[in-house]
Amino acid sequence: MARAAKASDGTQGSNSTPSVNRNTSKDDLLKYYREMLLIRRFEERAGQLYGMGLIGGFCHLYIGQEAVAVGMEAASIDGDQVITGYRDHGHMLAAGMDPKEVMAELTGRIGGSSKGKGGSMHMFDIETGFFGGHGIVGAQVSLGTGLAFADFYKQNGNVSYTYFGDGAANQGQVYESFNMAKLWKLPVVYVIENNEYAMGTSLARASATTELYMRGASFGIPGEQVDGMDVFAVYEAGLRASEHARSGNGPYILEMKTYRYRGHSMSDPAKYRTKEEVDDVKKNRDPIDHIKTMIEQAGVTEDELKVIDNEIKAIVLEAVEFAQTSPEPDPSELYTDVYLEA
Amino acid sequence: MTDILMPALSPTMEEGTLSKWLVKAGDTVSAGDVIAEIETDKATMEVEAVDEGQIEEILIEAGTEGVKVNTPIARLAGGDNAAKAPAKADAPAAQPAVVADKPTETTPEAPAKPELRDPEFPEGTPMVKITVRDALRDAMAEEMRRDEKVFLMGEEVAQYQGAYKVSRGLLEEFGDRRVIDTPITEMGFAGVGAGAAMAGLKPIIEFMTFNFAMQAIDHILNSSAKTLYMSGGQIKSSIVYRGPNGAAARVGAQHSQDYSAWYANVPGLKVVAPYDAADAKGLLKAAIRDPNPVVFLEHEMMYGLEFEIPDVEDFVLPIGKAKIQREGKDVTIVAHSRMVGFALKAADQLAAEGIDAEVVNLRTLRPLDTDTVIASVKKTNRLVTVEEGWGPCGVGAEIAARVTADAFDDLDAPPARVHQEDVPMPYAANLEALTVPSVEKIIAAVKQVSYK
Ligand SMILES: Cc1ncc(C[n+]2csc(CCOP(=O)(O)OP(=O)(O)O)c2C)c(N)n1
Ligand SMILES: [Mg+2]
Repeated sequence: MARAAKASDGTQGSNSTPSVNRNTSKDDLLKYYREMLLIRRFEERAGQLYGMGLIGGFCHLYIGQEAVAVGMEAASIDGDQVITGYRDHGHMLAAGMDPKEVMAELTGRIGGSSKGKGGSMHMFDIETGFFGGHGIVGAQVSLGTGLAFADFYKQNGNVSYTYFGDGAANQGQVYESFNMAKLWKLPVVYVIENNEYAMGTSLARASATTELYMRGASFGIPGEQVDGMDVFAVYEAGLRASEHARSGNGPYILEMKTYRYRGHSMSDPAKYRTKEEVDDVKKNRDPIDHIKTMIEQAGVTEDELKVIDNEIKAIVLEAVEFAQTSPEPDPSELYTDVYLEA
Repeated sequence: MTDILMPALSPTMEEGTLSKWLVKAGDTVSAGDVIAEIETDKATMEVEAVDEGQIEEILIEAGTEGVKVNTPIARLAGGDNAAKAPAKADAPAAQPAVVADKPTETTPEAPAKPELRDPEFPEGTPMVKITVRDALRDAMAEEMRRDEKVFLMGEEVAQYQGAYKVSRGLLEEFGDRRVIDTPITEMGFAGVGAGAAMAGLKPIIEFMTFNFAMQAIDHILNSSAKTLYMSGGQIKSSIVYRGPNGAAARVGAQHSQDYSAWYANVPGLKVVAPYDAADAKGLLKAAIRDPNPVVFLEHEMMYGLEFEIPDVEDFVLPIGKAKIQREGKDVTIVAHSRMVGFALKAADQLAAEGIDAEVVNLRTLRPLDTDTVIASVKKTNRLVTVEEGWGPCGVGAEIAARVTADAFDDLDAPPARVHQEDVPMPYAANLEALTVPSVEKIIAAVKQVSYK
């Protein structure tokens, strides 16, 4: 499913080629498998802890969308930045944040990456270049453009990966940002995670045009539609987009066609779509099954995979354990981190 | 062996109906498989297995109502490598949002304020006359020379030299990398600035006026003020949002409003409102250096006024320190921004009538220097507040509350507030004059608290 938006300046993203028959090393396959599986198992546990009352408030799971964060991360280099909305757990794990810190933030404990003061929607990690974790739909698009502005200002050769949803794509500040990014040739890759729904509203019910990769056309920003359930397609499109942005050509848009399996947040029963629709994606487009098939074709045995599965399970359970045993923040933390000493 | 527990669908759910089992004893499940459906009055949801293994026993039959959250509903025999499921015991499971169950005595006090002082200059330090406009420009230029990370961004700031000519000469000196004309895109460029600050730059974001910052207030509050806290201290936002604020002249309701109280309400922000050229220069330099987000509220009607400032290198004033602009013993008039000038005029006229007013120039609205205000009230025993904004929940309301709380016994009269009338700004010259604070209104308020 590769389509490319023709930008008015003549640049055009090349088509994503389907990932079958691609020459991929066994190591790559296993790496992607492991990273995607970590996200899935982590999120399942997060869902369970939510069900037990250990995680509060809003908790938006990334299950189904794993290939996007993992494939894009593989296309990035050290020093690049990532910023996204509230559906952020997968991005943080892909960026290399410690699952223990992420899970402990979900449970609101001092061992969390924000000392329990951020929660599911607000985590950050300068070391891995993860800049949040933002709860206002669309705000991260201007902020990510600002990260790219900083890269441009510093001439550091880095790129800002700015993720947002199909719903966020209708926010005004997205287009304000597109305009400035192109005007100033900022090194930003806009990744639209089109999972077909914004809460209970399907893309078609909210968007006058549903070809989201075309949304930069009037600014001359090239765009591509990518199979976001295929980690290799994501990776390769990510490389093209990064190369474009990194070499001074300005922004690039990738529309990732993906799907979220769970409700919008934990408390959403998702009655706005049929069970058949969800089951069909799970059965025919699942990103982890997809890579599993490739791995089997590459001659990896069940037992080898089982070893990975168990490793991941252990990592996640360790995170769960940490998230329950790490204490709540001391009351004295209430007043810290409001201001820095001038 | 692992218990599968009745999950909560929301933070407030305490019990629900186990409506349907999709597995039976003996079935093998893997993580992600849907095993049951549960129901509350609000919704039906699927329960997925998180562990893999064989269902050993169903503990709660399908159709059972009122199953409490966290009750074991089935038992799973683990595979060889099944690690233990999370222990359920140690947390307040399925209680609605647990927050304030701590005894109040453990609520910590906010940390003590450091002592702030204005710089002192020896007798005979030369003074120069300078407009507020140029003082602001000089502050930016000096800080841009000092720190490469500082840049200015906004509408018309570069080639046009500022809609109010505040950035005159900056493009010429610093070039278009650091003095950047933006499209008319307040929300967008405020967000770009906020993001650049997160990445370690020190943006000065100019709003043509603060009326237009309403488009961007989301980034000022949600992206700048709160990020240090939400990140547990990791992400700093050293950024200045500046521009003219308050009542201009004859521009009508949408272009004439004082946002002091709006921003002063927000923890994480510092809010500065200079009066004269010294304030403008010294405080803007401090604001640019400050590691926190600062909202810097200028005043269009002050830009062209000239004041004397000490002719010294690197004139910086402390944020958070009010200034006794005029000493007096009979009544304290607290004001900020342009209203300080009004208060001084009122004090002059009152002096002729034998009332000796002290004028406190707040200079900073957050953190608010209540110590200086209270020390003054302890001396004069009377308080009048003046602001251009509306009265309800305003700066004067805050000061009156703090003074009555901390210096109640020192007050000889209830505090009086002077502020804009409780209406949108009218256009007609006579109505506009009626609605904004005036020297006469300040004098009347002083007389009221003096019972004269
Ligand atoms: C400015 C704003 N408006 C509304 C909301 C409430 N809200 C949270 S998520 C969401 C839907 C966003 O959908 P989409 O952009 O497609 O992202 P997805 O949740 O699918 O990842 C809405 C309306 C919000 N957080 N911020
Ligand atoms: Mg969506």
